[in-house]
Parts: sequence; C-alpha cells; structure tokens
Amino acid sequence: MSDAAAHHTSTGLDNRKLAFWAFIGSECLLFGSLISTYLVYEGRSVSGPTTGEILDIPLTTISTFDLLMSSLAMVLALAAVARGDKVWARVWLATTAGLGLIFLGFQVYEFSEFVHHGLKLQTNLFGSTFFTLTGFHGGHVLVGVIWLLTLLLRSFQGKLGPDKALQVELAGLYWHFVDVVWIVIFTVVYLIQ
Amino acid sequence: MSEHENAEHGHPTTGTYLVIAAILTVITLVEVGVFYVPSMKPVLAPTLIVLSAAKFALVVMFYMHLKQDHRIFSAIFVVPLVIAMGVAVALLALFGVFGGA
Repeated sequence: MSDAAAHHTSTGLDNRKLAFWAFIGSECLLFGSLISTYLVYEGRSVSGPTTGEILDIPLTTISTFDLLMSSLAMVLALAAVARGDKVWARVWLATTAGLGLIFLGFQVYEFSEFVHHGLKLQTNLFGSTFFTLTGFHGGHVLVGVIWLLTLLLRSFQGKLGPDKALQVELAGLYWHFVDVVWIVIFTVVYLIQ
Repeated sequence: MSEHENAEHGHPTTGTYLVIAAILTVITLVEVGVFYVPSMKPVLAPTLIVLSAAKFALVVMFYMHLKQDHRIFSAIFVVPLVIAMGVAVALLALFGVFGGA
C-alpha cells in the first residue's frame, strides 16, 4: 500500500502534510520572535564590536547564494523521486545536503572570525541576539542536512520510490522554510544595519 | 512520471524551477548592489524589504508549491506568519524603534 493510500483523510489532504504545515507555522512564530528580539536590541550595545564593524557582506552573499541554490536542488530532487528516477534523485539529494554543509561551513567560519575579533555570546547585546538568531537557524540547517542524508541512505537501500515522494516533499518544505528564514535574516541583519 | 505529467499534477516544471532560481539570484545581486550605493541610503530599508519579500514569496509559491496546493496549506502558513509579523511590529513599536517612546 502506498503512503498516500495509507494516510487517506476525509478532507482529501494528507494529514502528515497538514501537520507539517502547522509545524512550519509554529516555526514562523519562533523565528519571528528571534528576529524581533534582534531588531529591538540592535544599536543598543554599549560596547563593540557592532554590526557595521564586523559583518562580512561579500562572504554572506556567497553563503546566501549557496542556500538559494540548495533550494533549487531540493525541488529537482523531489521531481526526480516523483518520476522514479533513482540516479538523479540521489544526485540532487546529495547536492542539497552538500550545499547545506557548505552553508554551515560558512557559518562556522563566520562565528570563529567573530570570536577572533572579540565578539562572543556574552560580549554585548549584538553578540547575544546575533549568535542566538543565526545559531538557531544554523541548527535548523544541520537538522535538514541530517534529514536529507537519511533520505539519501533510504534511496540507496531502495526504499525511496515514487510512492514515498511525500517524504521527500516534507523534507523539501522544511528545507525551503529554512531558506526563506535566511532570506529574511540576510536582509534584516546583514543589509539593513 | 514525465516532466509534463508532473506539471499536470500541479507542480511546476524543471524550466520553471530554473527561472525562479535565476530570478532569486538576480534579486540577491540587486539587494547587495543597492547596499553599496550611497545615494540609496535614504530608501535602503524599504527597498530591501520589498526585494526580500519578493524572494520570500517566490520560494513559498513555487518551491513550496503553495501556488498550486490546496488553500488550506496557505492558510495554515499565512495566519501564523501574519501573527509573527504583527508581534514583531508591536515589539518594535513598544521599544521605540520607530522613533516613539
């Protein structure tokens, strides 16, 4: 029995997809709170370093492009799984996870540079709110990468056919949400200083 | 399932995905370009917010398939999003970020 048939509902909509959209809705509230907190305290640090002194826009532009392209790879992975193309499904799943890992690499580098320049979580209000916001986002990316690698493993085990496309779609929804959160963070934190 | 069939079942085609990726890239380049133009400083924030909102909408509509999916999914996403934005605006107003108390 396929996934879709096993989870048929009176609305005609898959209850797992409904539940996952509700989860994403709750994540909107989480990141809305974190972004609001960052904005409320922006410019109120009594000691440096602050945003204009430390943020590296060219580097973050590259990591933003990396994450945007990972979303493209994710939709191509879903399309490949849906049409039963195992090879390209694996290629795009691996590409998405790889781009996610590269993004995390950029974030680790950025964090280590900030610490090297004297900005830590406890240094000032900017440090506290910046590391909390971007750290939570990075944690979400890490969860997404683990999820994608799990799907990749299931594909190699022959357990990711077209009947399991919803599993990839849910992972994709999560991944794209992480992407749109970064779109907001990139604008609000990095570009509007 | 072919690409054409995939489109018939409601999801965009590979070509559409590539076009969206190109648009997202161009908007990101415009955002960064605008950031470095001194004469744009007075209108920098509203310009960047509009561009960011456009990118957000493109990803949600085409990559997350809300444009084609059932409207219940859109409602489940948009209602908390609007609440989150309302909370953000209220907090910013409360802490005088808009120039008030």
